[in-house]
Amino acid sequence: MAEHRTTNILMAGVGGQGVILASEIVSEAMMRAGYDVKKSEVHGMAQRGGSVTTQVRFGTKVYSPLIRDGEVDILFSFELLETMRYLHLLRDDPIIIVNNQKILPPSVTLGNDRYPDTIPDMLAAQYSRFHLVNALDIARQAGNPKALNVAFVGALSRHFDIPESIWQDAIAAILPQKLVALNRKAFALARQTI
Amino acid sequence: MKFLLSGNEAIARGAYEAGVRVAAAYPGTPSTEILESLVQYQDIYAEWSVNEKVALEVALGAAIAGARALACMKHVGVNVAADPLLTASYTGIKAGLVIVTADDPEMHSSQNEQDNRQYARFAKVPMLEPADSQEAKDFVKLAFELSEQFDTPVFLRSTTRISHAKSIVELSDPEHREPLHTLEHHFEKYVMLPRNARMRHPLVEERLKRLAAFADECDYNEIILQETDIGIIASGTCYQYARESFPQKSFLKLSLVYPLPVKKIKEFAARVKKLYVFEELDPFYEEQIRALGIPVTGKEVFPVCGEFSPTTARIAITGSKPKKNAPALLETLPLRPPNMCPGCPHRSIFYVLKQMKVFVSGDIGCYTLGGLPPLSAMDTCICMGASVSGAMGIDKGIDKALAPDNLGKAVAVIGDSTFLHSGMTGLLDIAYNRGACTVIILDNRTTAMTGRQEHPGTGFTLRGQPTKQVDLKALCKALGIDHVRVIHPYDLEQVKSTLQEEINRQEASVIISQAPCVLHRREFKPLGGPLNIDDNACIGCKACLQIGCPALEWHPEGNRGKARINSDLCTGCTVCAQICKKDAIRREG
Repeated sequence: MAEHRTTNILMAGVGGQGVILASEIVSEAMMRAGYDVKKSEVHGMAQRGGSVTTQVRFGTKVYSPLIRDGEVDILFSFELLETMRYLHLLRDDPIIIVNNQKILPPSVTLGNDRYPDTIPDMLAAQYSRFHLVNALDIARQAGNPKALNVAFVGALSRHFDIPESIWQDAIAAILPQKLVALNRKAFALARQTI
Repeated sequence: MKFLLSGNEAIARGAYEAGVRVAAAYPGTPSTEILESLVQYQDIYAEWSVNEKVALEVALGAAIAGARALACMKHVGVNVAADPLLTASYTGIKAGLVIVTADDPEMHSSQNEQDNRQYARFAKVPMLEPADSQEAKDFVKLAFELSEQFDTPVFLRSTTRISHAKSIVELSDPEHREPLHTLEHHFEKYVMLPRNARMRHPLVEERLKRLAAFADECDYNEIILQETDIGIIASGTCYQYARESFPQKSFLKLSLVYPLPVKKIKEFAARVKKLYVFEELDPFYEEQIRALGIPVTGKEVFPVCGEFSPTTARIAITGSKPKKNAPALLETLPLRPPNMCPGCPHRSIFYVLKQMKVFVSGDIGCYTLGGLPPLSAMDTCICMGASVSGAMGIDKGIDKALAPDNLGKAVAVIGDSTFLHSGMTGLLDIAYNRGACTVIILDNRTTAMTGRQEHPGTGFTLRGQPTKQVDLKALCKALGIDHVRVIHPYDLEQVKSTLQEEINRQEASVIISQAPCVLHRREFKPLGGPLNIDDNACIGCKACLQIGCPALEWHPEGNRGKARINSDLCTGCTVCAQICKKDAIRREG
């Protein structure tokens, strides 16, 4: 295949949302599409209910598993507030895809802080390629709210010129057999409707 | 076939392809998944050992018995295993012995960021450091070959960005190896009496010289000569970061990182105008290269603390900072630190300890989060097991006549897996030397923080086979503790009264707080479903919020604001309901 510069995706969310699994599917799909792929995240205490990020990089040849500051092409965020933590890492004119979901952090649940309520408006005003997705609704439509992460990947998949069959194969390769049908449905639904 | 594997999965695959027969480890981020992945290969004996010292001794024994053996641990685990390590260097092995140390620069999930390359020099054993998953797999096989060729344990060093990064790996078939299963008596080699050890030490020094020669000859330390205005010496992910940022410059990529290839370093230095050493943490290569009389730029421009990134390389070498594309959309963002899960059985213990204002000698596990607000009930956390022996020292060191109420008694808090790892010995010390400490064992029936691994108290092995299960209460009594009580952490009154009674006691005691981790697949039983807060009964006093449960939310609307429960998260553990003075928190429906 032709020389392809490395594409950098930063995925962000909250422990328990399935961010890592989503990154597994994206990485698997990119490998199946013929790219070199690297992906990096942290486990252990870092994941216990706190902010989670994972970085996926693909292209002709990828050296570093980490993205250089200022070179994130796509911010793929599972939670509104989490989106705001990583804007300083984006390149010019980035793609920002945000799942329209609020998960309250401890300082808010304790009453010491307020959850900022104008995040989608702020992002829409600042970024021309900002997309807000109701992945939870699509997952519910597909039959189970837990499929929100794979539905959300369906929204992301629209931004790449890769056949749907590769994505569907990647889902089957990553997920346990009994969950494949549901997640394939959620993915397809999101890919069609968004 | 090509697969996307994490560094840890690749290490496991490499062990399988190398014909490993015995593998032992204690779970620890970022090393845990190596053994979890290795269990897919049915023919390998693999165990969760009680601690890292035990793991290395099991592996060493297997290697002496003629089986290729693997011991895996996180960086601080090597501290625990350092005793057998430094003498295994003298004895050497019969079949290959590889020790994986998974370091954690940046301390994503660790209490320090020690640089375990120092252990290679300290123990005088060779160390390999892969730069991606393919190398992680290949270097395990190479490590076994070196181990047998040079009669030495061999380190494989990973870091978080190798262990928990995925990249593409080409798999091979496992090697067919003739079994070497015969024990041989070899008194001079394996019995480290002073007279034998004195004979072994010169062999170790001579081995190091041969390894240094090998480092220069082998292809694994590779000079990549391109533009010669800048030359960069690097290993592991640091090599990838630098290569990414400076694809056209020259590199000396180190793979055998101890002992160093002196000739290659001299040759490389002579070919480039300006020489950089780009290494995370300690100036390990830099100091050795300077000792050769070679001028080099290192820690005067690159940080000692924290992990590197491709940004680090760019800034330090070119001085150009990446431009910030952050519009000032929000001044400050509420943080989202890690927290104990909703319904976590540890929560009530820390809530009560905070109220009692005692000094809490803490330990390593999920429960270390009990030190964070709003629970804020942990005063020390050093290393595995230190809570118990540390409490003993506090008990003996404090001037009780001057101590205010409740600060005259030390309370240790330790998890079940951590207690069995290295808390038992401290408790024996308390019993033997008559300390008046209270030790609380938070028995959630698993090794929770690292992802719920089995341990000697769970009744199951790494492979899920039923086995002997240690009786914690009987164990504590056998160690010499007369007062051992088992409590249920969801019964707040029982927690309060038991803690108060035991803390008042002028003798050693143990409280075992027993309830399975809410994520425990085998033992956790649903706690009755979500609770609800009666909006009319809630007076907005915020008392329930003080347990820091993620399911409890403050809603500031109205005159005083109200607490509410997020029914998607609430397990129904009822600890908040027991705190509410207005009886406003009840079971739904």
